[in-house]
Amino acid sequence: MATKQSKASKVVLHAILILGAVFMVGPFLWMVSTSLQTLGEATKIPPTLIPSQFHLDNYRRVFETLPFATFYKNTIIITVARVLGQLFFCSLAAYAFARIEFPGRDWIFVSLLTVLMVPGQAYIIPQYLLMMRLGWLDTLTALIVPGLTSAYGTFLLRQFFLTLPEELQEAAIIDGCNHFKIYWKIFLPLSVPALIAMSIFTALWSWNQLMWPLIVNTSQAKMPLSAGLASLQGQYSTHFPMLMGGALLAIFPMVILFLVLQKHFIEGIALTGTKA
Amino acid sequence: MNSIAGEAKVGAPMIARPKRRLNPKKKHDYMWGYLMILPTMVGTIIFNFWPLVQSLYLSFTKWGAFGSYSWGGLVNYRRLFSDPNLAMALRNTIVYALMVVPASLALSILVAVLLNQDIRGVGVYRTLYFLPVVTMTVAVGMVWRWLYNADFGLINHVLKLVSIEGPRWLTDPSWSLSSIAVVAIWGGIGHNMVILLSGLQSIPSTYYEAAEIDGANAFIKFFRITLPLLTPTIFFLAVTGLIGALQVFELIFMMIGPESPVIRQTQTLVFMFYREAFIFMDKGYAAAIIFILFLLVLVVTIMQFAAQKKWVHYE
Repeated sequence: MATKQSKASKVVLHAILILGAVFMVGPFLWMVSTSLQTLGEATKIPPTLIPSQFHLDNYRRVFETLPFATFYKNTIIITVARVLGQLFFCSLAAYAFARIEFPGRDWIFVSLLTVLMVPGQAYIIPQYLLMMRLGWLDTLTALIVPGLTSAYGTFLLRQFFLTLPEELQEAAIIDGCNHFKIYWKIFLPLSVPALIAMSIFTALWSWNQLMWPLIVNTSQAKMPLSAGLASLQGQYSTHFPMLMGGALLAIFPMVILFLVLQKHFIEGIALTGTKA
Repeated sequence: MNSIAGEAKVGAPMIARPKRRLNPKKKHDYMWGYLMILPTMVGTIIFNFWPLVQSLYLSFTKWGAFGSYSWGGLVNYRRLFSDPNLAMALRNTIVYALMVVPASLALSILVAVLLNQDIRGVGVYRTLYFLPVVTMTVAVGMVWRWLYNADFGLINHVLKLVSIEGPRWLTDPSWSLSSIAVVAIWGGIGHNMVILLSGLQSIPSTYYEAAEIDGANAFIKFFRITLPLLTPTIFFLAVTGLIGALQVFELIFMMIGPESPVIRQTQTLVFMFYREAFIFMDKGYAAAIIFILFLLVLVVTIMQFAAQKKWVHYE
């Protein structure tokens, strides 16, 4: 959409955008700044905008007081496992829902959608009791297994598969391919953007999840970053430089990933909006 | 989708053939169909369908000490009606959602429209505006809690510079909910912006060109063309945004927390659920609370779908 703009309106436009950008990013810059200050500096009035010295001490202390490296390890294991699980199981089911005809298919799919209409917390207590009975409380398994399948991911991919041309499988069927081969060799390679979108969505959601890890894994060795950060704040509620250091450590992998894969992130989110 | 076997059958004249309802192709389809949906359906039954039934059952149970529970009939629901906590949580949840969703959408539309142009640095702007979306909510809560700190936080410092005595944002019950709403709005702009941008880009430029020929200025173009054609996307974001806002938890947990003196006045339904289920250990009552939340989400969503005829333009 090309608009003719005078120089003045261009300046105003950029001024507004820059102001907005400062509002968006400012909190993070402040977080970085605080994390590099000592407690004394951070609680000075007026506040220090840019610390005189970059104190890396806070980061060291975060790693010393809590097993932060373990939190990282746990979060990565859980996220990767869930993404891989969902990539496979959701796409498999989505292919069947979109391209195979079998009795009850549409009813079963609709029932899957009802899962999405209920608030997630309705599942938590029974899932917790199940983990208790299985002896999976305080394990990584408990954080991974419920997230291996996803109604939302299946829905998203099925909508995407529906947009692929039907002729694709007819040629393959004539050649005698079974459905798995069609799915694996034809549909999957063509769906890379949708698969990436789903992976990003799942990874972000998994990274963010707080309530489930909080209630299921109570020992620090089994906590992911989200629960670990909550512990940090519980223990050091007023040592803000340390808290900011912890917060930075927690968000920084995703931010780096985002900056590297920006196009995919943004296209992925856009895809979830248009397909739903 | 005609199979070759089907076509052959149609062409065959009066030769007697045994009627087969399940030809090999159908058998092949059925087997693969069920097999391929099996892992997902098993997972969904174990972790979604059955828990849903159990949750409903649990809402009718009475919980005692040491996690023992028995059938309690409507005891939890009767308690809900007279519990001031529930009334507070319900009110807060609704007010919070009403604060967050319209403001977030309005700002996101503004940002999306501004960034839909070919200006210098548009990619950089979009990245910066999207950044809050990829940052962990727990961490975001911690950062804003520091910003909002009444004594040493940046916000009150800036206000002091213009001689305003900033309130105790997170410990004053008249401000606590709004403070959290601001954070939610801040965090949601990037996500909405991206979806709105793709909606904007699907508006054919011919509409704008025709309008320009007629001498329309930017305002008219926005209100008569852009906004109406964007309403389906806005509707989608409003529905999903509202459902998400009604379930707010992480921000309340990190910024206010279960120990805070204002938690009673700031609690939302999901927070109350968490407290009842895992701090007070009354899982039956908590299950009943979730049922109320479900009803709320249902009612709100139905209302939105009914209202869409009044303001959503579909092509």
